[in-house]
Amino acid sequence: MIKNWIAAIGKWFKSLFVITDNKEPKLLTFYKRPGTKSIIASLVSILAGLVVGFIFMVIIALASEDIELYDAFDGLGILLAGPFTGTSNFVLTNFGDMIFYSAPLIMCGLSVAIAFKTGLFNIGAAGQFLMGTMGSLLVALNVNTQNNPAASFFVWLLALVVGTALGFVWGAIPGLFKAIFGVNEVIVCIMTNWIAANIVSWVFSATPDIGNTSSGKAGYLITTKVTGNGTPDLGLSKLFNGSYIDISIILAILAAVVIFIILNKTVFGFELKACGSNKFSAKYAGMNEKRNIVLSMAIAGGLAAMGGTFYYLNPGIEFKFSSAYMSLPSYGFNGIPVALLASSNPIGVIFSGLFLRYLAKGGDSLVIANYNRYISDIIVAIIIYFAGFSRLFIEIMTRRQRKMTEKIGSKMASSLAFEKSPNAADTKGLKNEGSAKEEK
Amino acid sequence: MVLIIQKTLLYAIPLMIVALGGVFSERSGIINLALEGEMIFGAFMGAVVAYSISVSGATMDPQIMFIICMLVAAASAAVFSLLLSFSAINLKADQTIGGTALNMLAPALVNTMGLAFFSQEKLVMPSSFKSYALVNPDVNAFFRIFADKAYISTYIVIVVFVLLSVWLYITRTGMRMRSCGENPQAAASVGINVFKMRYLGSTISGALAGLGGYVYIATTAGGTAESTVAGMGFLALAIMIFGNWKPLGIAVGALMFGFLKCVGAVSSQVEVLSKIGLPMYFYNIIPYFVVLVVLALTAKKSGCPKAEGIPYEKGMR
Repeated sequence: MIKNWIAAIGKWFKSLFVITDNKEPKLLTFYKRPGTKSIIASLVSILAGLVVGFIFMVIIALASEDIELYDAFDGLGILLAGPFTGTSNFVLTNFGDMIFYSAPLIMCGLSVAIAFKTGLFNIGAAGQFLMGTMGSLLVALNVNTQNNPAASFFVWLLALVVGTALGFVWGAIPGLFKAIFGVNEVIVCIMTNWIAANIVSWVFSATPDIGNTSSGKAGYLITTKVTGNGTPDLGLSKLFNGSYIDISIILAILAAVVIFIILNKTVFGFELKACGSNKFSAKYAGMNEKRNIVLSMAIAGGLAAMGGTFYYLNPGIEFKFSSAYMSLPSYGFNGIPVALLASSNPIGVIFSGLFLRYLAKGGDSLVIANYNRYISDIIVAIIIYFAGFSRLFIEIMTRRQRKMTEKIGSKMASSLAFEKSPNAADTKGLKNEGSAKEEK
Repeated sequence: MVLIIQKTLLYAIPLMIVALGGVFSERSGIINLALEGEMIFGAFMGAVVAYSISVSGATMDPQIMFIICMLVAAASAAVFSLLLSFSAINLKADQTIGGTALNMLAPALVNTMGLAFFSQEKLVMPSSFKSYALVNPDVNAFFRIFADKAYISTYIVIVVFVLLSVWLYITRTGMRMRSCGENPQAAASVGINVFKMRYLGSTISGALAGLGGYVYIATTAGGTAESTVAGMGFLALAIMIFGNWKPLGIAVGALMFGFLKCVGAVSSQVEVLSKIGLPMYFYNIIPYFVVLVVLALTAKKSGCPKAEGIPYEKGMR
């Protein structure tokens, strides 16, 4: 029994690499899929980014008097360890925090990714993020459910929905401008970003009763800790030793799966992708490309806004509205690299979001090795730079694959010819029998 | 009135020159999303020179120093932009991705260098580096606009802007460069080296962005170089699209934007406006809002270069 299993496993393992049952090696089949290649391309970019980043660290170590050469190796180790550096007490907290911070990042990445799939560049995620923040905080901070825990969940849900809806509407604006007036969505996104930033500062400066004035603070809002309707954490926070983590990461993963299903399994998703590949042929095929542009941008806006609600509905995060109008939230722009690294694949966005946050967390601990934390930003930038070459990588891989397929194809063809010959079963005696036939 | 025009120029001058940089890149066929990053990088390098000189204690005419710093900023940003050109032209990478990468790389590099070599993230330049070239409070109002409290950068930028715009339109190289953005295959068929032209366009673009970046931090931002230019690069990109990829349109757009922006800045000082009692956020929104409205009314005929963003491949039709 066990022997059979082992034999089956062995056979499967063998079939990965060599031709079995006249089928090409399974690894080659796997390699042939376009998804595999883009994952490999991303991994190559990550590796290249780390290598170049390490070279940078060595250069800085050589140029600076305070940093020794071995610090560069130390630094690389710290960077790769991400949240797992430091004393063991904080590892769990750091890990939980990393997951919490990556949830909004994943949402912004999804937002950029779905727009990319429709051929649009959503550089307005920052504004949509802010609109989501505004909508959700206006609900969550104005209703106090401290004494009524049962209601707090519904208030939270309402805040989430309101924030997302506001982002949906805000995201639709660039889409409408593009569909109706033919205005480039990039410029509208940039303009709406700054309009949103000013609106947010304006609205919150006009609602002083939710401002936090305790201990001499100015320009901050109270948190959902005060009103008691923060994002539920289902005990995760305790599990991760008091970190910020809550269910937002689960919702983010769910959102990614939903977007994946929409894009790949529904007619609507197909239309979006068709518009992205070729607007004119999509129109020719009878699709309403204008409606698709507006909806795609609106969904993108909703996703980024949901990221904003995830971030600020957490009881531990404060929103500083007084400076919101001067600089845009970095989450919005960081969604772009997340989407790019994942080649706009919604499932890939989950991993790239977590990974980029992981690197950033490692960067925060770089002080231990005398480096500053911006090294990790450099590495991320280089990774994205190399991700731009993914098309080149994929082209090279496709070329090599074609060669390999040809080689294997000819092998398979010869073995096929083998089997078709009447005496294929007894390959060893083939020659002898053949000669025997002749004798007859 | 004079105050308003001066403030308008303060915003418009850097916007204008950076947007022209965008034109050079996009007209040669490369989407330059990296304007922001190039601005940051160039500005910082210029500030490094200013800072080092002031620390070393050498005395020089501040106006000459200003020019030297501008040149350094332009040169270093041009070198920085080669990263984008290389990926976009030689490796045929996605230009949006390359631009995004540069936008991320610039602040990270600036912060890293600042902390590693100067132990600070912000470089505050000595006040003599942002002194006015001309101060003539006594002349009549018309001359005061240009001759009073004017930075030397204002004159330089206007001259560079006009010269380069004319160059782009009437010289052979300029026309060749534009043709590479419209139809590179046709350009190549008459013997134009598309790679070279695109490199040229992108490098000029980087230089102008760096120049604009330095002008921005030295004049508009009050002499502090840090890892951000407050979205000026993206705004310049927007102004470029607003100006329909044409220098004249850009000048108009930048002046209009600068004017509306300064209305917000001075709203508290103007009696009529402060009486209405609207918060400054309202005035902050106006420029962005007006740009949107104008775009909605005029965008039908877009001057977007046809081959923009498409890597040039010889055999492609």
